[in-house]
Amino acid sequence: MNIHEYQAKQLFKEYQIPVPEGKHVNTPKQAEQIASALGGEGWVVKAQVHAGGRGKVGGVKLARSLAEVTEFSANMLGQRLVTQQTGTEGLPINSLLIEKIYPIKRELYLSLVVDRSSQRLMFIASAAGGMDIETVAHETPERIIAVYVHPAAGLQGYQCRKVGFALGLKGAQLGELEKLMTGLYQLFLAKDASQIEINPLIETDSGELLALDAKINFDDNALALHPEIAALQDPEQEDQKENEAQQFGLNYITLSGNIGCMVNGAGLAMATMDLVKLKGGLPANFLDVGGGTTVEKVAEAFKLILSDPEVKAVLVNIFGGIVQCDVIAQGILAAVEQVHVTVPVVVRLEGTHAEQGRELLAKSGVNIVAADDLEHAAEQVVALAKGR
Amino acid sequence: MSILINKHTKVICQGFTGKQGTFHSRQALEYGTQLVGGVTPGRGRSGSLPLATLPPSMAVGESHLGLPVFDTVADAVNNTGATASVIYVPPFYAADAILEAVDAGIKLIVCITEGIPILQMLRVKAAMAETSALLIGPNCPGIITPGECKIGIMPGNIHLPGSIGIVSRSGTLTYESVDQTTKQGLGQSTCVGIGGDPIHGMNFVDVLSRFQADEQTKGIVMVGEIGGGEEEDAAEYIKAHVTKPVVAYIAGQTAPPGKRMGHAGAIVTGGKGTAAGKVAALKAAGIEVVNSPTDIGVAMKGCL
Repeated sequence: MNIHEYQAKQLFKEYQIPVPEGKHVNTPKQAEQIASALGGEGWVVKAQVHAGGRGKVGGVKLARSLAEVTEFSANMLGQRLVTQQTGTEGLPINSLLIEKIYPIKRELYLSLVVDRSSQRLMFIASAAGGMDIETVAHETPERIIAVYVHPAAGLQGYQCRKVGFALGLKGAQLGELEKLMTGLYQLFLAKDASQIEINPLIETDSGELLALDAKINFDDNALALHPEIAALQDPEQEDQKENEAQQFGLNYITLSGNIGCMVNGAGLAMATMDLVKLKGGLPANFLDVGGGTTVEKVAEAFKLILSDPEVKAVLVNIFGGIVQCDVIAQGILAAVEQVHVTVPVVVRLEGTHAEQGRELLAKSGVNIVAADDLEHAAEQVVALAKGR
Repeated sequence: MSILINKHTKVICQGFTGKQGTFHSRQALEYGTQLVGGVTPGRGRSGSLPLATLPPSMAVGESHLGLPVFDTVADAVNNTGATASVIYVPPFYAADAILEAVDAGIKLIVCITEGIPILQMLRVKAAMAETSALLIGPNCPGIITPGECKIGIMPGNIHLPGSIGIVSRSGTLTYESVDQTTKQGLGQSTCVGIGGDPIHGMNFVDVLSRFQADEQTKGIVMVGEIGGGEEEDAAEYIKAHVTKPVVAYIAGQTAPPGKRMGHAGAIVTGGKGTAAGKVAALKAAGIEVVNSPTDIGVAMKGCL
C-alpha cells in the first residue's frame, strides 16, 4: 500500500527523522495562510499524488511570494497530474503540501528495502541524490553503497558510520545520520513497511540533514496488524476496478488491451496474458480468481471484466485443481444472466470436473466458445476481438 | 528414487483440524501419503509423559480423520516419528508454526499458507540458517512424488510416476507442466512448488541440485516468473552443474512494471526481475526456453 508524502513525513517526525517545516492543505486560502505562518522568503507547493516524477510535470513549484503560493495552489488543486509513473489519465490532486525552502548544499539518497537475495533489510545510499537511483546504479554503480541488517543483531553504529563516510559526512553529521537511519529502521519494523525512500536527503548550507521527500510502501500482508496505517489509504489515488476487486478477494490489475482475461492462479494468469500477446492480441487485465473460488466470486470477476468498455472479447482459462470446473461454469452462467453480455467469450476448462463444466456451458444455449486447449483458446479470442 | 519425499516419508499436519487442514489431509490420505497425525494446540494429547501416567482424558486426546491430534509438534514427532510437516495455519500464525517444526527436529517443512508478512519471513529465514531443516514455500502448492507421497494442495489425479522433475514458483503453472508431461507419457519424478513469495525457503538451485543427483529424474522443467533474481542464479548453476536437459518457461512478459501480479514476489522494480532478462539469462546458459506455456510438455519430450 502507498501513502501520501505528507503522511510519510508525519510518520518520519514520529521517528525523529528530520523533515522540512510544512503543512498539508486542501485550499489555496489555507496554502497562503500556512505559507505566511511558516514565514521566510520562499515556499514549495507540492501536489499530493501517489506517483513519482511530479517535479518534471509541474507538480512541484517554488513560490517566491504569498501571491504565487495562492496562484500555484489554485492551479494545481482539482487538476489531474500525469507523470511518467501514472497512466495517461493521471491522478487527482486533492491536497497539497506547503513547505519552507531550505538552502541546499548537496542532494543525497537513502532508502531501506527488503533485499530478496540476501534476505535482509538493506540500506541503499548514494551521494548522487535527486536522480533516479536505478540510473545511478546502472551508470555509476561505484556511487552506491549498501549495508545489510541482520534481523537478530539489528542496525549497528558501524553500519551507519560506513554509510556516513561514504556520503562524505563529517563530525556531528555522522551522529545525525545514525539517528536518522535508526529512526528509519525502527519505523520499518514497527509498521511493517516494505520500502522507504528518501530522495533527496539534503544537506543544507548549515550542514543539517533533512528528508526533502518521503516515500513509504507498506506490506499488504501485514496491513491487518496496523489499522492506523490501513486508515491512511486514499482510494482516489487507486484504480477503481482494482479497489472493487479487492473487496471480493480477487486479484485484478487494469491493463491497456482489449481482451479480458479470467484465470485461476497468479502464474497461469500471467502466462495467459503472455499467450494472448504471443498470438497478436493485447490483454485488458490481469485477473486471478484464486484457489478456493465460488460461483459468486466468478460472477463478480466476470462483471468486473465486462465493466471495461474496451473489452472486445473475454478469455476464461481455468486449470481445475482444487477449483472445480463445473463451479466456474456455473459462475460464468450466473454472470451472463446478471449482465448483458455482448462480447464473445472463449472458455478453456481443464482438470477437475472439466467435462461437466463444458457440458454445462454447451447446454446453456449461451454464446460461448468452448476451446479444447489453451493455445486454440488464445488464437480464437484474439481473432474474435479483431473482428469487432 | 525421487527427491526429498517418498512412500516412506511420515508426515504430520499443522493446523490439522482446521478447514484447509482437514480438506487437504483427507486428500493426502486418499492419495496414499503416510500422514501419521496432526497438531492443533489445546486439542491434542500430551506426549511428553508416558501415556500410562496421565489421566485418561489427557491420554486419549482427540483424533481426527482417524489419526491422533497432538498439542505440540514435538509431541507429534516423539509419538509418530514424523520427519515432514505440512502447514495450513493462518498467515499471522505461520511463522510461529514453521519455527515450532524446526525446533521439534522436522527435516522438511512445507508451508502452504499465503499472506505471511515479509518481515516475519526474514526472521524465520535468519533463525533457520542455524539449522539443517528445509523449508518449501510459503505461498506454494507443496511437493509430490507421484504414486508415493503428496504433501500439499495439488490435484493428485493429474500426476503420473515418471522421469521429469518439475520446479516452479507458481501453483497452477506446475499443474499445467504436470498435465503436459503426463499427456506426453513422461510422468514426473518429483514436483516442487517453491512458492510465490519474495522471501521463501528452498530456491531453484536447491531443487535443481537434487534433481541432478536423482537417478530417476531424466529431464527437468523449470517454471519461473517476474521478480527477484533466482532464475538468473539458476541459469548460472545449470550451466555449471546440470547435465540433464532443462526446459524453462518464464511467466509475466506482459506484466507492467511496479505492479504485483497476484504473487507478492511477482513484481518488476527498477527494471530488475523482468521476464526478458530472465529469458536472456537462461538462453545464454544454453537452456531451452519456451515462449508459450502450452509448449512445455512437447519441448521436454523433444529434449530426451
